[in-house]
Order: sequence, then structure tokens, then C-alpha cells
Amino acid sequence: MAKRNVDNVIINKAWCKGCGICVHFCPKKVLEMGKDGKAVVVRLQDCIGCRLCELRCPDFAIQVTFKDKEE
Amino acid sequence: MPVQDYIRKRFFPHIWCGGCGHGIILKGILSAIEELQLQKKDVVMVSGIGCSSRIVGYTDFHTLHTLHGRALAFATGVKFSKPSLNVIVPMGDGDAMAIGGNHFIHACRRNINMTAVIMNNRIYGMTGGQFSPLSGQGVMATTAPLGNIDYAFDTVELAKGAGGTFVARTTAYHYAEIVSIMKKAIQHKGFSVVEILSQCPTYFGRKNKMKGASEMMDFFKDRTTSIGSDAKKADPTLIERGIFVQKESSEYCENYDKIIEMASKGKES
Repeated sequence: MAKRNVDNVIINKAWCKGCGICVHFCPKKVLEMGKDGKAVVVRLQDCIGCRLCELRCPDFAIQVTFKDKEE
Repeated sequence: MPVQDYIRKRFFPHIWCGGCGHGIILKGILSAIEELQLQKKDVVMVSGIGCSSRIVGYTDFHTLHTLHGRALAFATGVKFSKPSLNVIVPMGDGDAMAIGGNHFIHACRRNINMTAVIMNNRIYGMTGGQFSPLSGQGVMATTAPLGNIDYAFDTVELAKGAGGTFVARTTAYHYAEIVSIMKKAIQHKGFSVVEILSQCPTYFGRKNKMKGASEMMDFFKDRTTSIGSDAKKADPTLIERGIFVQKESSEYCENYDKIIEMASKGKES
């Protein structure tokens, strides 16, 4: 998948239940489980914007934003 | 309109356990509705009882949370009175196939224009992990501590046998497939059945020594395959995914309209 201009990966901590699905399926290991048992973004620069984390998050807790929003 | 605009944010975080596949299915259904550009006022979601049936509370459409197993009966009433509405009926495996089994086969037989989604996690989650008609032999459950001896229904075969005109299966791992199948199912004129395998890490996973939600999704990836693939020929134990039946047949509401027309011939309306 072509690398898109990722702006940010936003985790809604209030909705995240720490299931780890996003961490498991991220192809670039952008996410890790934090000390609070919830997902955290640790390598944003590696993100290719595939949105697998956002789409597979059962809790609607992840949003990948892009700089080129109109794409 | 983004998917987030179709949910009732005030009820979030939702009630489902961490890692439950139902949230992914909810998002997939909403994505399909978004891509079809359906108006909120044109969609009705009707559910019964169970973890999966809680889904209607989180969607910002017309919603009905009804009796255990009877969602299709209520939905039939909704569709019959206002056939212009898009009626979607999300059900769990116990809800649809055990207490609602009869409603299910007769809805298939009538070919009424609705979409039934069977969110199959092979267990009764809400009541504490009892086996369901889709658990299958050898599965561990609270009510089968030494292993279940019941054979499972095959939802796809059952729907086909009952006369379903659109029958499909996918899994919570295959997000894009959920969206594409749901779009076709909603657009299909007639009764459509979509079985979506979902993971229940809390009961099914724990009872059956599966590590967690991610590993259960890996199972969906590794143990399922597209209909008629070479992988299926090499390993017949794989579960097939895709659209099994998609055919045209006269629809129930339209057939009923014809009867009304016949009966009112020669009479002033």
C-alpha cells in the first residue's frame, strides 16, 4: 500500500478497552500497549496509513487522520 | 458522513467486553450503510436479546430492541407496514438459531425484503457461556464442561434449504468483506442472510483455550477461505466465505400488494 500522508493516530483512551487487536494487526508496529493497559502510539513516523487498526478496533477508539484529507 | 456520525456516542464506551468482535461488525454494517448513502430516517434496526442484540442501542437509526428470538417477527411487521424502509436485523447465534430458529426459517421461506445478520460467536455470552446450536461438537462451554455432544447447524446450509435468496458468510477479521457483502445484502430485493463469525474472548475463547481476541481473529484468517478456492480443495475442513446464493425471486410485500389489488378490483378505494 502506498504510504499516505499520515497526520496522526488518535487513541480515545476513554473508549479503549485494551484488547490489543490494533497492536497485533499493525503491519508496522506503530502501536504498543501502554502501562495503563491501553493502546499507545510509539512509532508514528512508521505509519503507512493503512487504517487496519482503526477499522478493526471494536471500540471505535482509534482514528487515523491524514494531511491530505480530500484524498 | 463518517461512521462515527451513525452511532449514539452518549452510550459509549459500549457494553461489549474488550476484544469482542461485535464492535467490528457494528462498524462494518455502518460503513456499508454509509457507502450506500442511506438516510438515517430510512433505516430500521430490529434486534432480540443477547450481547449482539445490544447493537441497536448504539446505532442512530430507528431502532427496536424486542423479545428473545423474535426480532424477525417484529421486523416483518415493520417491513410489512412500511415497505420503503431498509430493515436490518442483527441477531446472535443463540437468538437466531435456537429460540428464533422457527422465525428464521420462515423469514427465509417468505422472502421478505430484509437483511438478517447472524453474529456468530458460537456461545451465549450474556448469560455466562452456555453452548448454542452453532457451538458444535467438542466445544467447551459452561453447560458442557466435558465437551459439547451436539452437532452444530450450518447457518448457510439452513438458510439455503429454507429458501433464502441471498446467503453469505464472512468473519470479523475480514472487514472489507463485511462492508462489501453487507452492501449487496441491503440492496438485495428479498430476504438476505449474512453470517458473520465473531470472537467471544471472554467465554468461547477462555473455555476453549484460545489465547485472546487477536489470536481468535488469526483463526478466522487461517481457517477460512473464499468459496471454491484451491485451499478448500486441499483442506476440506476450511470454512468457506463469500456469497453462496444470490437469486431473484418474487418478494413478500409485493406479492401481498398484488393480493390487495385483486381484492379491491371494482371497489372504490
